[in-house]
Amino acid sequence: MALVLSEDQQLLKDSAKNFCEQNAPVSVLRRLRDNKDEQGYDQAIWSQMIELGWAGMAIPEAYGGFDFGYGGLGVVLEETGRNLVSSPIISTVLLGATAINELGNEAQKQELLPKIVAGELLTALALDEHTSHNPSKIATTATKVDGGFSLNGSKTFVLDGHIANVLIVVARTSKETGSEQGISLFLVDAKAEGLSITRTIMVDSRNSSNIQFNNVVVATDTLLGELDQGFSGLDSVLDIARIGLAAEMLGSMQAVFESILEFLKQREQFGVLIGSFQGLQHRAAEMYSEIELCKSAVRAALAGLDDPDQTQAEIAELASMAKAKLSEVFFLVSNEGIQMHGGLGMTDEFDVGFFIKRARVAQQFLGDASFHRDRYATLNGF
Amino acid sequence: MQSLQEFREDTRSWLEQNCPESMRTAMVQEEIVWGGRNAEFANPDSEIWLQRLAEKGWTCPTWPSEYGGGGLDKDQAIVLGEELARINARPALTSFGISMLGPVLLEYGNHQQKLEQLPKIVRGEIRWCQGYSEPGSGSDLASLSTKAELQGDYYLINGSKVWTSYADKADWIFCLVRTDFDVPKHSGISFILFDMASEGISTKPIQLISGSSPFCETFFDDVKVPASNLVGRLNEGWTIAKRLLQHERTMISGFGLSAGQSDNGGTTSTISSLERTAMHYRGDSDKLSDPVLRDQIARFKIDADAFAHTSRRSVEESKQGQGPNATSSMLKNYGCELNKRRYELMLQAIGSQGLGWEGEGFSDEELQLTREWLRSKANSIEGGTSEVQLNVIAKRVLGLPDILSLAQK
Repeated sequence: MALVLSEDQQLLKDSAKNFCEQNAPVSVLRRLRDNKDEQGYDQAIWSQMIELGWAGMAIPEAYGGFDFGYGGLGVVLEETGRNLVSSPIISTVLLGATAINELGNEAQKQELLPKIVAGELLTALALDEHTSHNPSKIATTATKVDGGFSLNGSKTFVLDGHIANVLIVVARTSKETGSEQGISLFLVDAKAEGLSITRTIMVDSRNSSNIQFNNVVVATDTLLGELDQGFSGLDSVLDIARIGLAAEMLGSMQAVFESILEFLKQREQFGVLIGSFQGLQHRAAEMYSEIELCKSAVRAALAGLDDPDQTQAEIAELASMAKAKLSEVFFLVSNEGIQMHGGLGMTDEFDVGFFIKRARVAQQFLGDASFHRDRYATLNGF
Repeated sequence: MQSLQEFREDTRSWLEQNCPESMRTAMVQEEIVWGGRNAEFANPDSEIWLQRLAEKGWTCPTWPSEYGGGGLDKDQAIVLGEELARINARPALTSFGISMLGPVLLEYGNHQQKLEQLPKIVRGEIRWCQGYSEPGSGSDLASLSTKAELQGDYYLINGSKVWTSYADKADWIFCLVRTDFDVPKHSGISFILFDMASEGISTKPIQLISGSSPFCETFFDDVKVPASNLVGRLNEGWTIAKRLLQHERTMISGFGLSAGQSDNGGTTSTISSLERTAMHYRGDSDKLSDPVLRDQIARFKIDADAFAHTSRRSVEESKQGQGPNATSSMLKNYGCELNKRRYELMLQAIGSQGLGWEGEGFSDEELQLTREWLRSKANSIEGGTSEVQLNVIAKRVLGLPDILSLAQK
């Protein structure tokens, strides 16, 4: 398991960095926010990302992808994170394509994956039902009806729900809320009758939504994975997404830290650069150390995903380590990002505010630090 | 040329035949081998293990074979490390000669000095101590004032050192001395080696809060040292001194690493896993019943994991480059803080059984843990305090303006 980037990964990272800086800097997100953009992402930029092949990064060649591994997708996400690029890459590529690739049958993969690679299909994962992440606490039901299932219930914090063509819905087909048994996943057309999707305007200016299911009838062949036995597969999809999200967070926190360093080196007070004050130097040095640990955690976890010898339990441990650590450190760095920029950090005109807003959403999404520490302890038998 | 795979196979079978069974168990404090003229081998197998390993130069695998080292390249050395770890082999020799002096002698020593000193380090024949800190020079090490005056073909040394680890047991010392008092403090320091049996040297152990006395005060009273023992150029010892500190930091950061990898922190504690220990002392079977401690242990272990990955990454990154660099300060600082956290958590895990000092009512392991907890407090002071490491990171890695530049002028 290599913890340094391969030559190919480094090239990809450089080109992603270049692309994001040139075409998708934070000012794009600011514009989407200020214009109250209906889509919540820039279609032209997304098309260019598709052309660069980013949607097919981790998808096998058999389904139109480029088989470049999660290590490849990870470095791209690090760069989109650095620039806070608002795009469907998390919802459709990291979550959607991964779920279909991991859990889908041959027909589903043949039909949907090439469309994702080509940018013709957007997906959203409808999972959480409560204010905090808990993938087994599913009350939304899917009851058997003639020719399929009928879905009832509600979902919240559904990333890109209002722009998706297909929803991947986690529903209960048996057992009680809280049980890991009796969970099934369905591919649901976003235009299906009985479905009501409400966009929610979140603090990070990215797309989220609440979704109601009122007798939404889907055919039997929309089942993604096995009936009643969906949890384990879902969890491994979530682990991949948690690691990818950690990579995105790594990029974001590095951007904040670089901004802090730059400020410390040019802001003068009391006749000297404030970067010469030990009170600030030590905080910067500690942040640097924590970010180095984050980098290693993300690299190790991505390398684990691309290593065929890793078991699901080992991946789960890596995912929870990475998501817990990155959530903690992004919290720290985003707070220091405001404090160390002083009054400037409080102004909307300055970008650091976008990062602290994104930090809190990313921290919670797919499980916050305490969720993952608890999971890590359980995985380690204590 | 032998392939790496062949090397691995040969190494594995050699280790199978040559590593004594008792050397494949966790190290215990009393059996650590420090070597030297008065070497002690509490376990006779230790001596056999040291001899066999030293014969191949594998106590210092990457040192050139002309100086007694193993002559291995970095990849082979990694394989050797992996194979040693595979059978849980104990380190045959713990030595400041290996971890600190050797690497700088290879870089700055002349051929004669290398030929004279390095093979003895490889074989564990000479035990070294470090003459750095002085009563008035702690974090501000470069203010040191132990004096060395050239008198014909020898230096006359006068002054004193403090916190000299095992000075009372060491055979030789690598020492920082002031050879010029009339220049800025960094420019008048030299690096010199001498025999602790020389006339005029005395040592006095310092008792620590942990009850043990690993450190000494060391006094030099007209000690005569051959001029040829000066390493590198006169008055340019500070460069060597800093380089050696990087190696020292790398060594100390390993304490945190071992906590990350095996929870053995500092390699001596016989009480191993933090979470198992906590559960054992509480009578918990499948889940640690104290939710706060459970969360703190999880947090610690996650940090230790991420730290272990960082150490590995740093090794991979330096493979192309040279030895340790400024990131050694980061690793030293984080590793030490982790090790201290580990001992605090261990103390919490064991409760009142971790608070015994001596006598009845406590197991040997429990008493040892208490002492190790106290000893761990020094981790963030020795080898440069955590605060100094943070200064180094701020200045050398982050390029922030130097707060000390005024003070040094």
